[in-house]
Amino acid sequence: MSTTSFGEQAIAALENQVDATEQIPRRRVKRKTWQTVIWFVVLLAITAIVLYPLVWLFLSTFKPNSEFGSNPGLIPNNPTLDNYVKVSEGIAGVPMWRFFLNSFIIAAGSVIGVVLSSALAAYAFARIQFKGLGILFAAMIGTLLLPFHVLIIPQYILFNNLGLVDTFIPLLLPKFLATEAFFVFLLVQFIRQMPRDMDEAARIDGAGHVRIFWSIILPLIKPALITCSIFAFIWAWNDFLGPLLYLTSPENYPLPIALRLYNDQTSSSDYGATATASFIALLPVLAFFLVFQRFLVDGVATQGLKG
Amino acid sequence: MSNTTATRVIVTGRKPAGRSLFRRSTPEHADRSVQKRRARRETLAGYGFLSPWLLGFFGLTLLPMAYSLYLSFTKYNIFQPPEWIGLDNYVRLFTDDPTFVQSAQITLVYVVVGTPITLAAALGVAMLLNYRDRGAGFFRSSFYAPSLIGGSVSIAIVWRAMFGNDGPVDSVLSAIGIDLGGWIGNPALVLPALILLAIWQFGATMVIFLAGLKQIPKELYEAAEMDGAGPYHRFRAVTIPLLSPVIFFNLLLGLIGAFQVFTSAYIISNGSGGPAGSTNFITLYLYKRGFSDGQMGYAAAIAWVLLIVVAIIAFILFRTQRSWVHYSGDAR
Repeated sequence: MSTTSFGEQAIAALENQVDATEQIPRRRVKRKTWQTVIWFVVLLAITAIVLYPLVWLFLSTFKPNSEFGSNPGLIPNNPTLDNYVKVSEGIAGVPMWRFFLNSFIIAAGSVIGVVLSSALAAYAFARIQFKGLGILFAAMIGTLLLPFHVLIIPQYILFNNLGLVDTFIPLLLPKFLATEAFFVFLLVQFIRQMPRDMDEAARIDGAGHVRIFWSIILPLIKPALITCSIFAFIWAWNDFLGPLLYLTSPENYPLPIALRLYNDQTSSSDYGATATASFIALLPVLAFFLVFQRFLVDGVATQGLKG
Repeated sequence: MSNTTATRVIVTGRKPAGRSLFRRSTPEHADRSVQKRRARRETLAGYGFLSPWLLGFFGLTLLPMAYSLYLSFTKYNIFQPPEWIGLDNYVRLFTDDPTFVQSAQITLVYVVVGTPITLAAALGVAMLLNYRDRGAGFFRSSFYAPSLIGGSVSIAIVWRAMFGNDGPVDSVLSAIGIDLGGWIGNPALVLPALILLAIWQFGATMVIFLAGLKQIPKELYEAAEMDGAGPYHRFRAVTIPLLSPVIFFNLLLGLIGAFQVFTSAYIISNGSGGPAGSTNFITLYLYKRGFSDGQMGYAAAIAWVLLIVVAIIAFILFRTQRSWVHYSGDAR
């Protein structure tokens, strides 16, 4: 800042002159300032409304059970850590860390599956000219619009007949087979933006598709792969319907299903534990969000823009 | 050259129609055969790379779809083999199942009310954010957070508490003299609470709108202003047309997503779809029929009704696209 070059100074001086000759009425400047203030206040108000449920949940974890129902406000009257102690002990004979571990295995497995299979498919769609490309690409886009619920019954019957119910395989196998079109589509969009010069040069040098994919495209699309990984993790972490269908024994439950356990058995009395377990289940997602929000927001923006 | 011919025999399984040795060895001919071979190699590579997706597409999407279509014409409870009953399931759905009719109605209300409001909120906030750059990044991120966690069980539980009896919403409304009681236990108010949950998640849509708004050239607004267009006219004549592809995309995905709401309804009603069936969305009804009552065939028929409705909406949107979606060569 302090090392402004002479050229910039000169330009600034010129601009000041122009401003001076234009003589913007003071009223207009004032109006602009007011508009900015109103703009800021309105957005702050929206932020407060949007974040209120989250803040409320966080502060509720410190409320003793007796305060639920009598104190709907933000601040606990008699803050306590009892809820955390209770939740850490687990429920239905299963320790809390077990639910966490299950969630983590499912989410991490999903990330690996999604990134591998979606990157392969996206490379084929974006960079290889093959017979049937058009119709298969259209089919992929079609699955983007397909309601997932049409598939739950036949898929359940399939996995049930294979004896795979109450294992993680029905939850993970689809991820390794790129069934989530969102990721394939996102990566196709991203690969198409990449300049073709490098892979064309590599082809002339005799590199095949495997080589180009591995040493040129994959490093180039790293940001998109990170975006996909975070989404895959968070979606698998938050998924409810899949585990609800396929996991039957409590020691296999991931957090969302375990939460229901808190809910069903003790919801009449133990609001504190329910709130605290809910908050703990959200923590990894919130942490991911805080660290990677730029990737997430940019990823969504790219997905919607170029069709 | 003889080498080329040999490979070609192997690859095509056909003898080259060599009329003369001379002709076969023209550069043009060799070129074409190389091209053909390359095309074949490309196709092979394409399917190689696509093999996981192809397996998933056929094994976990297309064949299951066909199977569920078949099941929808049967009576099936997993334990006994499916029994063909023709269109009975579908007839029963529309003539002899008031629960389904109610569930279709509330799903439609949710979609038709929730999606446009969410879109409007997303567009409004995106335009606000597009107005100034300072601090916009912070606001953008905080508004986006709910779309990431909104579908989770945790948030459904929060919603149940917030809109429950004596929850924060109830107590604020009571304090200003509007005594509605808890929303969650009230059949008339639980659907609005769920719609509010959907609106709360406007962030992802907003981000896409914002990216679209950033691509509209500033000169267009300046030109419109020169022509004496006020804010409303600039919105109608510049923003809406130039943003229409993004509006189309968000509308399509928003509608389809709204038809599939499940987790929040399940948690808020404890899996029952209550009170009085007012949260019994199609997906929840499908789940209960298939997995609680063991009526897999009937549930498959519900799934196909859902699919057909979604397909019709997508078709109508794509069909009317021409009249209101403007793709300018540059903005795409």
